[in-house]
Amino acid sequence: MDAKDILGLSKTSFSAPQEKKPRPQKDSQRKPDGISREVYALTGGLAPLMPSVDVSHLKRQSQPDNEKITWRWLPFTSSARTDNLQLYHWVRIVNDVPPTGDYSFAKYNKSVDIVKYTEEEYEKYLTDPVADRFPSSRTVEELKDRYYSVSREILLARAASSADVAGHPLVKEPYNVEQEIERKRALSMVLSQTKQQERKDAEVLAEAKRITESRMIDKGAEEAELHATSTVGAENAERAIVDVESVSPSSNNQLPTAVVAPPTATGDGTSTPSSLRLLRVYLRTDALDQMVQAASSSAGLRTVKRVEQTLQDLGVNVKPKVPTKSVCAEHLELRKEILTLLNLQKQLQNKEAEASSLRDNSYTDIPSTPKQRANRGVDQDRSFIPDSLSFGGERVGKRDQKRKAPGRFSEAPPSPPQSKRPRKFKASDG
Amino acid sequence: MPHNSSARKHGGEQSDGGGSSSKSQRGKAGRVTEDNEKKSSSKRLKDVEISVPIVYGTISFWLGKKASEYNSHKWTVYIRGASNEDLGVVIKRVVFTLHPSFNNPTRVVEAPPFELSESGWGEFEIVISLHFHSDVCDKQLDLYHHLKLYPEDESGPQSTKKPVVVETYDEVVFSEPSESFFARVQNHQAVIVPRLSPSLNLPPPGSIDNMNEKKRGDTKDHPLSQWFMNFSEADELLKLAAARQQVQAHIAKLRRQLNVLDGQPQQFKPTAGQ
Repeated sequence: MDAKDILGLSKTSFSAPQEKKPRPQKDSQRKPDGISREVYALTGGLAPLMPSVDVSHLKRQSQPDNEKITWRWLPFTSSARTDNLQLYHWVRIVNDVPPTGDYSFAKYNKSVDIVKYTEEEYEKYLTDPVADRFPSSRTVEELKDRYYSVSREILLARAASSADVAGHPLVKEPYNVEQEIERKRALSMVLSQTKQQERKDAEVLAEAKRITESRMIDKGAEEAELHATSTVGAENAERAIVDVESVSPSSNNQLPTAVVAPPTATGDGTSTPSSLRLLRVYLRTDALDQMVQAASSSAGLRTVKRVEQTLQDLGVNVKPKVPTKSVCAEHLELRKEILTLLNLQKQLQNKEAEASSLRDNSYTDIPSTPKQRANRGVDQDRSFIPDSLSFGGERVGKRDQKRKAPGRFSEAPPSPPQSKRPRKFKASDG
Repeated sequence: MPHNSSARKHGGEQSDGGGSSSKSQRGKAGRVTEDNEKKSSSKRLKDVEISVPIVYGTISFWLGKKASEYNSHKWTVYIRGASNEDLGVVIKRVVFTLHPSFNNPTRVVEAPPFELSESGWGEFEIVISLHFHSDVCDKQLDLYHHLKLYPEDESGPQSTKKPVVVETYDEVVFSEPSESFFARVQNHQAVIVPRLSPSLNLPPPGSIDNMNEKKRGDTKDHPLSQWFMNFSEADELLKLAAARQQVQAHIAKLRRQLNVLDGQPQQFKPTAGQ
């Protein structure tokens, strides 16, 4: 309506009745109780579902009939002040009885006793030749450590005898930097725990509780001896142990390490992964799988497949049929050696390709000479060596050979497979 | 399609009595050396592992003319010691979980020999849950086995006499076992323990009682023992050793060649026709 006025449009007879009709309606709609129209509009024109402030609280709560309340402008002192400044403030007086006591905020005036040392003392006890010369950024913990150790030193130096200060907290419990760092780290971990982590922890604790409870029952029923708690899962294993042990009534004593004959046939890489060991019970095949995975972690899927193909060519079960401790150890070592072998082959191939690109010869033959020489040396009767080096000899012949040397093309595609010629595997494998 | 269980639901009827008496025997041994055990029981032997070689699997027979559409085979699922020793020394009970179409698919076997016989028509995965004695481990271990009813060679007619046998060898490894567990089983045939230094004072196991237990729970004279497979690590070890030798020889050769290449980078290599 106002817009139309501004624009100078006449109010048509059409619009006029329209305006008249909705306006009274709108007005009655709009008119809220208790607050002005503009303020009401701030809420978006809707009444809040719940009052944010309890209306009754706005009324005067204390009944003026019981007590006589007056407000007086009075001077006060604060123990927190060291000067004699006289300040004034309004004081609520009930029944003419003025309040007593110190200024209510004085208790927040905390101060720290900082040790102050003289130049002499500094030179005698505190100088650290290196640290004082170089400026460096220090962590809070380091600063604290320095501060506390300095204070401690001064205290000890000033004390008549060490017995005097033995009770002082600084002397009794010196600041431990690593512990503080650990403590803060643990706290921040707790703080930053996600909801999921909280849930997991709750589950672990609940399970631990159940285990201890069932064990209490078993203990009573069977006269069984107490034994160690079980862990729940490998990922949370370490945390779980800490939590569970705190819950469990059967605390484990620190064990003296038993002198034991070392397990047979284990190399460096074949000790049980710690995640499995924490499980307390596991199947040897699972342990082997984990160790195989760990050993092949740097290898790609194709390399792993080639290892398995090699195993088959060698007449070895990819998964041992009789997985005893020694069989598993041997199996693992064999896999590692095959990986080494494959790496060496690749190295050789790369070197060879480099060398031949330097020579700037064109290729009409497959440059597999080094391997041919190797093959000739080996007993041809064994099924392993010549063809299996190609790793699926039937297929490879059809593939193009990628060159490591840039810009190098072989005019002729690889010659058609001849029965006696060993094929190269793809340089891009692995 | 409901499966009817014809054979016994729980393996080893004789072992029900055996199970309880063996428990009390264990209890007796425990009471005699109680003080010792209480002190050492909660201690764990670091860097020690106890392993139990096991074989688990199924043997299934075609029912022949007695076979019906929903009941074509009778089969037994079991777990036994690899040399048919008594696993009861370590395992308290085994729970076999069958296909849900079976009545009460969760079958609990409380004493060795740990086996279960059933009949049916379908192949499915059986879960074999091992529950150990309290001084061994309070966590169960699950094994999975696919029940095979039909032979690989589908060409010939099925025989009621020749079963389909699938067995798997594995070893249950207990790391850092408790001293009491170690002491209890150190002389038992079903268990492999390392030799410990004599400075460790472990209470000796109750040997005589163990002997009696052994007779009942082992599978040496089991009716199905003629079908049990033999697992010898010797074969596999031989193959592995031979393979390693080959690979090592090959590695050595390659290393030599690499050295040659490194030494003379410009050398022209003749292309051999071979």
